[in-house]
Order: sequence, then C-alpha cells, then structure tokens
Amino acid sequence: MEFLRPATWDEALTLKAELPQAVPIAGGTDVMVELNFDRRRPPALLDLGGVAELGGWESDGAVVRLGASVPYTRIIEELSGPLPGLALAARTVGSPQIRNRGSVGGNLGAASPAGDSHPPLLAAGRGVQVEAASVRGTRLIPIDAFYLGVKRHALEPDELIRAVRIPVADGPQQFSKIGTRNAMVIAVCAFALALHPDDRTVGTGLGSAAPTPRRAVEAEEFLAGALAEGGLWESGGALDGAVARRFGELVAAAASPIDDVRGSAQYRRHALAVMARRTLAWCWAEYGERLERSAA
Amino acid sequence: MGAPGPRGVLRGEKNLEKITTDHPHGVGASAARPDGILKVRGEFAYSSDLWAEDMLWGTALRAPHARARIRSVDVSAALALPGVHAVLTHEDVPGRRTYGLEIEDQPVLAVDQVRYHGEPVAVVAADHPETARRAAAAIAVDYEVLEPICTEEQALDPARYGYVHAPAEYRGKAAGNVLHRQRVVSGGGVTDAVRARADVVVRGEYRVGMQDQAFLGPESGLAVPAEDGGVDLYVATQWLHVDRRQMAPVLGLPEEKVRISLAGVGGAFGGREDLSMQIHACLLAQRTGRPVKVVYGREESFFGHVHRHPATLRYEHGATRDGRLVYVDARIVLDGGAYASSSPAVVGNAASLGVGPYEVPHVSMEALALYTNNPPCGAMRGFGAVQACFAYESQLDRLAAALDMDPVELRQRNAVREGSLMPTGQRIDSPAPVAELLRRVKALPLPPAAGPDVRELPGALSNSTHGEGVVRGVGYAVGIKNVGFSEGFDDYSTARVRLEVIGGEPAAMVHTAAAEVGQGGVTVHGQIARTELGVERVTIHPADTGVGSAGSTSASRQTYMTGGAVRLACEAVREALFARGRARYGWTHDDLSLAGGKVVSAADGVLAGVAELLGGEYVEETRVYRHRPTQPLHPETGQGFGHVQYSFCAHRAVVDVDVELGLVRVVELAAAQDVGRAVNPSAVVGQIHGGSVQGLGLAVMEEIQVSEGKVRNPSFTDYLIPTILDTPPQPVDVLELADPHAPYGLRGAGEAPTLSSTPAVVSAIRAATGLTLDRVPVRPEHLTVQRPPTG
Amino acid sequence: MRIGFTANGRPVVADDVWEGESLLYVLRERLGLPGSKNACEQGECGSCTVYLDGSPVCSCLVAAGQVAGREVRTVEGLAGEDGLDPVQQAFLDAGAVQCGFCTPGLLVQTHALLERDPHPSDAGIREALSGNLCRCTGYEKIMDAVRLAAARRSTRTEVDG
Repeated sequence: MEFLRPATWDEALTLKAELPQAVPIAGGTDVMVELNFDRRRPPALLDLGGVAELGGWESDGAVVRLGASVPYTRIIEELSGPLPGLALAARTVGSPQIRNRGSVGGNLGAASPAGDSHPPLLAAGRGVQVEAASVRGTRLIPIDAFYLGVKRHALEPDELIRAVRIPVADGPQQFSKIGTRNAMVIAVCAFALALHPDDRTVGTGLGSAAPTPRRAVEAEEFLAGALAEGGLWESGGALDGAVARRFGELVAAAASPIDDVRGSAQYRRHALAVMARRTLAWCWAEYGERLERSAA
Repeated sequence: MGAPGPRGVLRGEKNLEKITTDHPHGVGASAARPDGILKVRGEFAYSSDLWAEDMLWGTALRAPHARARIRSVDVSAALALPGVHAVLTHEDVPGRRTYGLEIEDQPVLAVDQVRYHGEPVAVVAADHPETARRAAAAIAVDYEVLEPICTEEQALDPARYGYVHAPAEYRGKAAGNVLHRQRVVSGGGVTDAVRARADVVVRGEYRVGMQDQAFLGPESGLAVPAEDGGVDLYVATQWLHVDRRQMAPVLGLPEEKVRISLAGVGGAFGGREDLSMQIHACLLAQRTGRPVKVVYGREESFFGHVHRHPATLRYEHGATRDGRLVYVDARIVLDGGAYASSSPAVVGNAASLGVGPYEVPHVSMEALALYTNNPPCGAMRGFGAVQACFAYESQLDRLAAALDMDPVELRQRNAVREGSLMPTGQRIDSPAPVAELLRRVKALPLPPAAGPDVRELPGALSNSTHGEGVVRGVGYAVGIKNVGFSEGFDDYSTARVRLEVIGGEPAAMVHTAAAEVGQGGVTVHGQIARTELGVERVTIHPADTGVGSAGSTSASRQTYMTGGAVRLACEAVREALFARGRARYGWTHDDLSLAGGKVVSAADGVLAGVAELLGGEYVEETRVYRHRPTQPLHPETGQGFGHVQYSFCAHRAVVDVDVELGLVRVVELAAAQDVGRAVNPSAVVGQIHGGSVQGLGLAVMEEIQVSEGKVRNPSFTDYLIPTILDTPPQPVDVLELADPHAPYGLRGAGEAPTLSSTPAVVSAIRAATGLTLDRVPVRPEHLTVQRPPTG
Repeated sequence: MRIGFTANGRPVVADDVWEGESLLYVLRERLGLPGSKNACEQGECGSCTVYLDGSPVCSCLVAAGQVAGREVRTVEGLAGEDGLDPVQQAFLDAGAVQCGFCTPGLLVQTHALLERDPHPSDAGIREALSGNLCRCTGYEKIMDAVRLAAARRSTRTEVDG
C-alpha cells in the first residue's frame, strides 16, 4: 500500500489520474474502519488533509460552496443559518469525535444509503450540485444524479470531490432520524424536509430506506399542490390533518427498504411516515411564524 | 455515596460483627483504588499494552460457517509469506486437543469439523499484525457445509436434524443435544388438585435475546517461552488457576511450567471465564521460541468469548383472589450453543432461582440447556438468574393486572423473608428484605416530566420528536441471585499476607490470585489488611499462579471469598505477631489488637510497636478460606442446600416512550439493594450502577443477532450498548443487614442489580404502551408495527 | 514509511510504519504511548480519543500518515509537572474509574469539553460524552466526576484570576 500526500489540489488530481484505484481519505471515519476491519486493501491512500481549500466554505448569499472536507462540527457551528437541514443532520452524525473529522465530501464518497448528509442534500433542492474534478476538468453533478446504487456514485475513477454547492435555505428545513439508541447510531432510517417558498416547491430526502438515498417525488408534488390549492403558501394557515397523513403515506410509499439487523422494512416505512408528518408540522409552524414576523 | 435512607439504623439492628478498628481507609470506608492514579495517567498496563523485545503477533483463522466438515486445510501459502513464523492447526497441538470449564468438549483448534460461526481453525504468528492477517487469509480450508442445528425444535429432534456432537462424545449429564437438565419440584409439584386451588391463572412465554458482555478491553495477552520449556503468560482473565488447569494438558506441560500473571483487565462480566487466546498464544510461543502477543479486535472479540444464553421461558402462575401465589409451573430452555462452557451451572441457577424471591407452595420447574450450532454461551453477570427474572417478574405484572392489584403490593405479599423456604427446600438463613427493598424504591419521589430539551426525549439527539407521542411509564421489579459457587462445588480462595517493616513503618503485602477486573477487589483487600493489621501501608502483590487459587472473579463472590481469605491470613499474621510478643516479653493478655502500627491491650494500652516487635524480620501467613459447604441439587427434585448466600435488589424504572416511533428513553432507574455490609460503599454503588445499566441495555437494545447460526452484528456499530445519553440518573439505596455466615456480614453485590433492571424497564414500557411485551430486547418494531397484544 | 509529529509536546518519529496503520497503533506500538485504548477500532467507543491539533478525535480512525507534522496530545500528556489535571483527579475522587479502559478517552473528551464550556449543563455533558462508551460504571459517577472537575476548575480560575 502506498500513502500519497498531495500538498495541493492539482497534485491530488494528478495522483488520482495516475492511480485511479487510490482511495481518497480525509477524516478517515469510513475508510479507516474498512482498513481496521480488513474489509479493504487499496493499492494506495490519497490523503487530502494537506489540501487546504477542501477544508473551507464560501457563500455568495445564494449558494454555499462547501469544501469536501469541512468537518461536521464546523457545519453545525457555522452553517446552521444558511443550511439548517444539513446542520441538523450533522448533529446526529456518529459522536462528537467523529463530527470533528467526518465531512460531507466523505459521506458522498462513501455513498452509503445510511449517510446522514444525503437526505438534507436531496431535500435542499435541485440546485444542489457535487463539484467533481479531475485533470480533465471540473463538472457539476446534480445531487439527483449522484447516487447510483449501494455505495456506488457517479464519480469517474479519476475524479475527486472538490465541494458541494448547496442553495441557501429559502424556507424551513428539518431532519429527523431513527436510531435504536439515543446517541451514536447509524440511521435505521432518516428523513429530511425542506420547504421552498421561493418557487413553491417541497424537497424531501430519505435515508436508509432504499439502495440509495432518494427523494419522495410524489409526496413532494402532493404537498406542494395541497399548499398551493389552499392558498397556504400565502396565508400560512393551518394544515389539514389529512394532508399531513397523505404526505406521510406517500413518503413511506417512496421507500423500498429491506429487513436488516438495524430494523425491519415494515418499521422503516412506518417510521418514515411518522417522521414525515412531524417534520412537516415543525416546518409549517416555523413557516407560519416567519410569515407573521414578516407581516409585523 | 448516593445512599439516602436510614441505613445506619438498619445496620445497627443487625450488626453481628464488631469491626476491630475504625481505620479511615479500612473496612467500611470508600477507600481509593490503589490502581487509580496509574489508570487516569494512562500508565496502567492492560493485557493489550504488553510488549516484549522480538515479539510476534498471533492471530486466528475462524470458520465462516456454523456447521461444516473440514475436508482439508492447506497452510503452505500462509507459511510462504515473508514475516510469517508459524502456522498451526490441530495437528500441532502437543497434548490434549480439547478443553472446557466443566466438560472438555471444545477443540483448541477445529479437528475435522466446525460447530459454530467463528470457531478457530488455525493460528498464525508473524512480525506484524497485518502480516498475520494476510497469512490467515491465505490459509485454504475446504469445508463441506452442513445444515446447522439452530432451534429448540431442531436440537430436541436429533433423529431428524442430527447431533451437534457425536453421541459417543457426550460427557457429564449430557445426552442427545441436551447439554444439561435440572428439575425442581416442591410441595408435591403442580397437580390438578393444586391448580384447582388457584382463583386466577396467568401464562406467558418469554424470550431473552443473546446478550454480550461487551467489556471494553478486548481479549489479549502475551505468551513468553521460558528456558525451562514452560511458558509465562500475561493475560486478562477472571480465574488464573482454572485457565492453567485447562491449558497445561493441551500444551503438554505440567501445571508448574505454565505460569500465569494477571495483566490489566478491561472489564470481564463473565466473558473471560472461558479461555480465549491463552492456549493459542502459548502454542505459538512454544513453536517459535519467541514472545507472542495476541490482541483481538472488536469483531474477533464477539467470536472469541461466550455470551449470555438466549432463552425461551414458559411460565404458568396460579394465585388466590387475594393475591397469594399457589403454584408456579415453568420450563426454561437455554441455548448453550456449540460447546458446554458453564452451561450446567447456568441451568442450575435458572432452575433453583426460577420462581424468584417469592414464597410458592407448589413448584414444578424444569430448566435445560441445549447444544446447537449457535455461538457458545456461558457466564455473564447474573448467570441464569437474569433470564428467569425477566420471565417471573413479567408474570407478576401480568398476575397483578389479572387481580387488579398494585404490582408492588402483590410482590410484597408473596416476598420471601428470613426463614422462608426456597423451592429447593433450602431455608433462607440470613436477612432477605425483599418487601423492604420494594418499599424503598417505591417511596422515592418521581422525577419531573421531560423538559423542552430534545436531548431529554426518546430519540434524543436524532430529532425524532419534539414531544409528540411521548408517554411516561413506571415499572418495578425485584430479583434474587445466588452468591458464590453452588451445588456442592468446593469453592475456596487463598491469600498470603506478609507484615514487615519498610522505612521504619509497618507495612503489609497481600498476595492473592484474585483477578481484579475493574470491580475493586484490590481496593477491598487493602482495606481488610488495614483494618485487621492496623497498618496504613498496604501493597497489593500482582495476581499470579505463584500463590494458591482465588477462584473465579464471578458469581459476586470475590469480596466474600478472597476478602475472607485475606482476613484469615491477616488474623494468622496477627496471632503470629502476638505469639512473638508473648515469647519475647511474656505477655499474658487476651485482649490484644493491632492499631496505629502498635500492639494494644484493651486493659493496659500500648504494649509495643510492630516495628520493634518485628525487628528486621517479617511474618508471613497463607490461608485458604472456604464458605460453608453446599450440596448438589437432587437431579429429579432439585432439593438440596444448593446456595451459600442469596442477594437481592429491587428497581423502579421510569421511562418515556415515543409510542408512535417505538423509541424509549429511560428517565430514571432507582435501585435498592441489601449488601450485608458495604466494605467499600463507593465501589458498591458503582457495582449497582453498572449492573443496572447492563440490564437496561438488555431491555432495550443489546442483542447478538444470529440467523442460521451466523452472527450478523459482530461490531459496536450494530451491537449497541448504552451511551451516557441512554443512561438516566440512578438513585441508589443501600441496606446493610449483616449475614452472620459471611465475612464482615457482607453479601455479594455485583450481579443482583443486573437482574431486576431489565424487567423493571420493560414493565415501565408496558405501562406507557399497554402492550404485553414478552421479549427482550424490546425493539422499536415491537412497539409499533409488530405490536404484541395489549394486556 | 517514516512519520514525524509532535506527541505531548515532544517531537517523535516512527519508522517502518505500514501505510494502513492508524495513529492509535503508532502511539501504542511504536511510540510507547499505550494510554489511548483499542476497544473497537471503528470510532464507536471513544477509548482512543486524543487531541489532534487541539481537537478531540478517535485516533483509530486517523491514518498514521495523516499526522505528519501535526500535534497530538494523549492522556499521557494531560498531567502537568505539578500533578494530575483536575479532570483526572475528579475521576479518581468521584469513583468514576472501575476497569479504566474507557477512562483515557473520557478524560481527553472531558478535558476538551471543559476547555470549550467550563460550566456545562447535565444534558451538555451527556451530549459531549455520548461518543465514549463505558461498560462498568453506568456513567453516574462519570457525571459526578465531570461536575466535580468543572466546579474545581472554576474555583481554581477564580483563585488564579
């Protein structure tokens, strides 16, 4: 095994092009588990810790460009305002020590259906893009096209994740996750919801509920339709319980979960429906408060 | 120490022994751990921290199948790897090829078949752990995979499903796939006439999942070949001498050439009572002539030790309308897995303690352990009494509901007390304050409702509720555990105590083979020596086989047994010292004691300093302590004086349940326990806290999931133990009602709290949800989509 | 490969490091610093917690090569010349140490918590320590120890200040 330590982004891309099987490592919270448990013996590790720009973020007020290796702790501390859904999810990742090392770039690179950052990225809207770079250039992969299968993603072998571009929240966002323990759990299932008042759409993201993280498109459309139909975007008026229930059912229906050691498929569907109803209630209450505040 | 209540008063009533001194760091004080400073500095040497010049790393190749015949093993590719120094199979075992705590049925390395997922087949020594892993992976084993015997139905029908061990190999009381069976019949058993006397009958079938000890320090040790052809092993274990007894015949060595020293132990809880890496490391050291270190990773640890027996328990309780128990008819089936380990003793406990701390006129009880191709099960804190406690306490709740009676009152009405008869015919001959323990936990104020902080709600950090669906429940349970080895076992411990003068000051050294596994035995030994010898300075000699056996650090027995041995040895040292004084100075007093480094007569005051009396010499005495003998249980009736002492603990659990998502957070877990005498109150409370939380874990999250004999979650990612966010405040009320038969009146304390916390938590969940819940751990599914009937 | 970094204020060098080795392995097996513990090697127990450039991390999940040139502080580096750190002393005094295998990681994590938040709430303590498993104590005396350490630190600060 080789240990490659590029000092610059260009050098990292060159090394990845020369040895596409090299496994990038930043926080190490996924890669090192695989090494320690003898699951993986790549020909090389490509340490991205020396590439400073991956560890920062920038925002133009509309989009946050989140460097691939910004640790979750910083997302919680610095980005709860612009990226509330992601920040909520970040707080549920592993343990404080893991949050000091793990990053969204790593979560994307691992592409586990259980990764906590996927649901809020999916919910944050179609503007979310993964910035994939190689010596051949940079391309922006829409988040909807990023996840291809269990632990498979749309990166080419010579590509590395430079950053994720996430629109700044224009409405309430929530994230909720189920674990059979009150801390330090991998999601039995997870759900993210984002309301997008600017274009009157709804975003969702499901975790640990299918071979890949996925959206509940029908549920999004149903809810957006129901909100528009009732003039609720304008009024912020009370949501009909039947709408919330139907939304929950459609979220559950969007899942294709499995039975595994963490939970049964039937439970996952059930819990997704409950989380969908609850996060909707929380988001809607917040939306109403915002309307009131802006009216006052 | 967090022990409210009038414990001093109770102790005064029953205090049968006068403590010889009130030494500030002696018996009864919350003395500091002698190993504490090393531990907080990171300098305490655990078994995985050992290092020797030129040492090699050992690792095992383990079977990926639950049941398979081995057609061939080819180690040539492994041996050819650079850095590999030895690859051994069963053919390289110089002596006997099997070992076992009670029945020698477990191969050191698989011979012609494997009987459980994870059974070791070969071992490797190499110059780096990665080299050893690669070599193990390069060993080619040709398996013929067989259908595993996994269920009770399969195990009890060997004609159809086969035998885990060839019928000719069954030893002890084993037959077919039944490893051990114990019946207990009292009051003539449960006849139709007896049944007719019950106004109310409740039945239940309960299941307990496979729990893991999950000690944090994985199995590890260092074997060093010695010039005399023997081996020195430094290892984390619970019982040095029983390790040696099993190892020597396998290594082809006389016992005196197998010298074992206790290395730092990172928790045990029963999981180190069986051998793990001991023989493998020694075989590799013998073969290579170099020190060999073996350190299991977490995954291998799950395969490398026995677990708590999963159990199916069928109970029928009959009672009168006014809540008096008439009978209990029960059958407990324990899954012993592939090898016997300590299953026979676990069965004995389940059978003899299976009706709980209750007076029951008629009992018909059968407990058995089965051989299967599941992972071997054996000792874990609570040892057979945990499974039974979940079942009988669930039954008591069910009975209370059927009688429309307060569940605590029902328990108190039937509780054993001093003088009660157990179903084995044994009369309880020391305090048994079961009703009082229940009264105490019930009398505690209830905790306030959860606040707005999501971290205090079920689901906590995961933001799954802001209060929606959260319902509170309260539940109670009480349990009974035996202390010490039972059923006629010759249970003893040995201590050597030396009194000498160091730097002008008298100092004691205590040498035992007792395994300090974290519980604080070393603290207690020092306290006893201070109290008995009136010295300040006590050194604890490292535990090793250079002194006689201390027995196992299990069965809540070490403070009782090795504590008893240390006290005996101290008394002998004291007498020898007094004899010296009589000879030298012609003392004729019969009122001598040691205090403050001096020999003191009650009548005449200080007679001499210990330093003066000893001069440059020392006094050293070795003593063996035995508890009063017990008897084997009659195989068909279970009658007999089977247990030396009983231990009782009661819990009240308060839980919040998110009833829509099936998530649970225990809000408070209160305990009351009688410890006879708190030799170290802080350590006793620590045992109660720790034991209670292991029971909490079994109630709501801990289970090794096995399917078709395959372990599906051998990691801390998927075998979950409670975090600090799962663990509530735990008020503890300690009673001290002395047992006249025990040293200092003490009562073994380590296990009882693990019993009742599980049923108390489940009872609280039942109260919150209205569901029957007859299986632990309770999973979110069981509270939502796979709901059992309400009741 | 050869790795050089700073451990507990002293420059250290490890030779012949296998590229897949963790910082934990290098500390324990190559540098004579076995205080950080190896309980799960997957970031699920916190026993191996060390400071890496001032931030507590699981050293089992840091590749050795990643620490080249950086600063590591382990449990062995908590005590000063004048004796134990208040966190260490509080764990002893509160009876929060049984087998002690989780203790080094808890000490580092608690130390980091109190540096960041000298007066944590109980819920704050539980959240901060939720990545450190203990199997012996049931955590009650660990809570006591953290509260005690916080109280003593604030007293000390007042006296010093």
